[in-house]
Amino acid sequence: MAIEIEQPRVGLSKVAVSKTHGEDSPYFAGWKAYDENPYHETSNQSGVIQMGLAENQVSFDLLEKYLEEHSEASSWGKGAPGFRENALFQDYHGLKSFRQAMASFMEQIRGGRAKFDPDRIVLTAGATAANELLTFILADPGDALLIPTPYYPGFDRDLRWRTGVNIVPIHCDSSNNFQITPEAMEAAYQSADSMNLKVRGILITNPSNPLGATIQRSALEQILDFAVNKNIHLVSDEIYSGSTFSSSEFISIAEILETRGYKDAERVHIVYSLSKDLGLPGFRVGTIYSYNDQVVTTARRMSSFTLISSQTQHLLACMLSNKEFSENYIKTNRERLSKRYDMIIKGLKKAGIECLKGNAGLFCWMNLSPLLEKPTRESELALWKVILNEVKLNISPGSSCHCSEPGWFRVCFANMSEQTLEIALERIHKFMEQRKRN
Amino acid sequence: MTQTRYSRSRSSDTEKENTGGGGGAAMRVIVPLQGVVQGRGGLVLGSIIPCALFYFLQFYLKRHRNDLDDQNNSNSPGLNSTTGSASSGKLAELPALTRNLSRGLPSPRSPRGPVSVSGRVSGIVKGADSPYYVGLRRVKEDPYDELSNPNGIIQLGLAENKLSLDLVNHWLAENAEQVILRNGKELSISRIATYQPFDGLMEFKVAVAGFMSQVTAKAVSFDPSQVVLTAGATPAIEILSFCLADVGNAFLVPTPCYPGYDRDVKWRTGVEIIHVPCRSADDFNLSIAALDRAFNQAKKRGLKVRGIIISNPSNPVGNLLSRGTLYSLLDFAREKNIHIVSNEILAGSTHGNEEFVSIAEIMDLDDVDRKRVHLVYGLSKDLSLPGFRVGVIYSHNEEVLAAAKKLTRFSTISSPTQCLLISMLSDAKFVQTFITINRERLQRTYALFVAGLKKLGIKCIKSSGGFYCWADMSGLIRSYSEKGELELWDKLLNIAKVNVTPGSCCHCIEPGWFCFCFATLTEKDIPIVTDRIQKVSETCKLN
Repeated sequence: MAIEIEQPRVGLSKVAVSKTHGEDSPYFAGWKAYDENPYHETSNQSGVIQMGLAENQVSFDLLEKYLEEHSEASSWGKGAPGFRENALFQDYHGLKSFRQAMASFMEQIRGGRAKFDPDRIVLTAGATAANELLTFILADPGDALLIPTPYYPGFDRDLRWRTGVNIVPIHCDSSNNFQITPEAMEAAYQSADSMNLKVRGILITNPSNPLGATIQRSALEQILDFAVNKNIHLVSDEIYSGSTFSSSEFISIAEILETRGYKDAERVHIVYSLSKDLGLPGFRVGTIYSYNDQVVTTARRMSSFTLISSQTQHLLACMLSNKEFSENYIKTNRERLSKRYDMIIKGLKKAGIECLKGNAGLFCWMNLSPLLEKPTRESELALWKVILNEVKLNISPGSSCHCSEPGWFRVCFANMSEQTLEIALERIHKFMEQRKRN
Repeated sequence: MTQTRYSRSRSSDTEKENTGGGGGAAMRVIVPLQGVVQGRGGLVLGSIIPCALFYFLQFYLKRHRNDLDDQNNSNSPGLNSTTGSASSGKLAELPALTRNLSRGLPSPRSPRGPVSVSGRVSGIVKGADSPYYVGLRRVKEDPYDELSNPNGIIQLGLAENKLSLDLVNHWLAENAEQVILRNGKELSISRIATYQPFDGLMEFKVAVAGFMSQVTAKAVSFDPSQVVLTAGATPAIEILSFCLADVGNAFLVPTPCYPGYDRDVKWRTGVEIIHVPCRSADDFNLSIAALDRAFNQAKKRGLKVRGIIISNPSNPVGNLLSRGTLYSLLDFAREKNIHIVSNEILAGSTHGNEEFVSIAEIMDLDDVDRKRVHLVYGLSKDLSLPGFRVGVIYSHNEEVLAAAKKLTRFSTISSPTQCLLISMLSDAKFVQTFITINRERLQRTYALFVAGLKKLGIKCIKSSGGFYCWADMSGLIRSYSEKGELELWDKLLNIAKVNVTPGSCCHCIEPGWFCFCFATLTEKDIPIVTDRIQKVSETCKLN
């Protein structure tokens, strides 16, 4: 009888088997529940309503109208030249026309208060790739980035997984509306230091995800001063900059640099994307804007791993360079988001729920701490499960955003029709009524 | 967060153990030294510390001589005055040196130095000066155009196929707008605008799997559920490197090879490449014996080999791996328990009479070994659409697929492009016509170009696939060395105004080989190219 020798299984890397992708967290578990039983207006009215995905679906019609009227954007015109060059174009510099359109779009969003040089724009397939790429460039394995809490759960994966870099949180709390303070930044820095972690940068999201609020000018000045003082980098993720409800309330780090005459700019890098402001996450369009030449050059080369399809660049270059379209889009999108925000805040208030005062983004930051049995993470997760399984709403628990205060939840409102939002609010209302009775 | 390799906790413990001024000062040398040993700190500390120790030794010897003199003079300034023993006395010397040292080290705490970037940045800055990239840049600055720039540089260094773009363009002219947005109904963007699975739309996977099957003349049926789509083959290779190897591990790569592997396999992953040279005597065919030697040498050096990366058809030589070689390769991988990554991105660009055998055919046979074989593919070469960024990882290893799928979030294909290509690839008639005509054109152009070079006395290795002629120009180089080869490359670029890739970029160990991409040339261009090369080759022969 032959002796069976068990072949050792051919092994995989630590990166491949690590859990740093973070997809076992509640943030993603909720999505699974939604995938298995998605709400539908007519065919599945008792399904789970997705309020955990920050997508903007309120302005599709504006995009469709543009494409309807401008067929040259989605084709290459009659004859070879346009298409041939486009199909062969794999230059990591990116289409010049597209970079120019992006620069001009970013300027428009900031009301012309900051200028952007198209040659400093590096294109990536989404902001996810942009954030990871910057982390590879600014930090070595084992180093640390400081990030204010609560933050986007995806950062744990995007910034840490392949890069080997650590995140050290800057704790913010409701006592001052979760604003970032110099004391909190210093505490985080010292904490990193005591763990022998070399801090390479601070990463802020402005407007903030999940708070749905812009960072104030004074705080931005303090953050920049802190970065200068510690000689570290400052990454400002401004992917929601076009989703502020009023154009004047958003202040970009670019404006702060402008007023300082671009002193200390070589440590500042801005991440942008069209996934939120233009509602086109499927297109995979992200950018890194850096004031540091070495970073621009390196990021450009590294973008080979994450280039945007030239076809998409061509389409968007046409669209975004059309000033009439882009101005109207930015204005209308803001109005609609603002309206949605008002709607959800009113609805929640009627149900007896307070939210953090917000002025941007596709979500609101809801305070359910009065409902917690105990002010603990476990209680928060228990409440989250109830809302997911009984109320059939997928919202994101603050703990998955590393919020130090239990009881806060992020609720997205722009990825559904108004009718669906009404239904979600009704469900919440019913739920709160039931609670009161018990 | 997984364990970092560079744990600093040990150093803080040793700091606690050693009290006293001498100990603290010593730590300022020892901690960075630990870093150097563990691979952190890099070039700066790696050079400063040994230099510092050297200078310290000189200094100590000088001081020691002085002290003896001083002691003899009875007023000892006291090496030994602050501490009891001779050894800590030695260390007490360090403060003066190390204080200077630490000021010299780039530190993020120093408000004076520029803010530092990661170690990865310097790596790529060096690479950018390789002839491969210099050539590409020069062509960009001064590109040949028949009418507007007839003296410009002709590009033969970029593996593009322009021979059959007209076919694709024709299809697009008829179908594009319809497909991307309307999908046969009224214009709706929501289908493509929203978040899609990062590893690609299932419809697109089905279309790509079907295309791959047609490319292998239906010899293999590819299962769409084993397909992971990426923004080009470049991230596909990198993702597999991340999945199959850890920092410091290595892949065996037969050479000459694609210059881009240095970036794709090594740059961000920290994985090494061990080149396994193929020889002209073997027509640059793969030798299992050479792989075995390389594997054993690696083992002796303490390098863990995790897999082999092959290209089939090979780039740049254009060889096809025979069925027999594929089986031997599999035996070798099984024996060493390592992975095989087969880059088949040129599978649809075969133009010889040899039969192309995909490793996927072999994968179909043996269940156990399926887990160690992974295929890379893409549409950049075979469909001439490098700008659209479509790459494929095909594997039967569920763990690899699961990890790779998650990693595609960093390299996703744009959705309008997926929609466009779903339609194009589902048009079976178009695909069949394209593959056939493209092959014919490649064969014709290849034959003409090789004949042209032959007239100049330049021989090429017989190629059965791909866009390159792998030519032996060693007769024209002054010194049989890399230097000689690069001199010839320079002449070709700046005098003949032809950008070709020197074999050294492809890590070929025999000097004098060059690769010429012929697939960007029309029939008219070929005599122009050969004329220009002739001018340079004549001056070389005269020297």
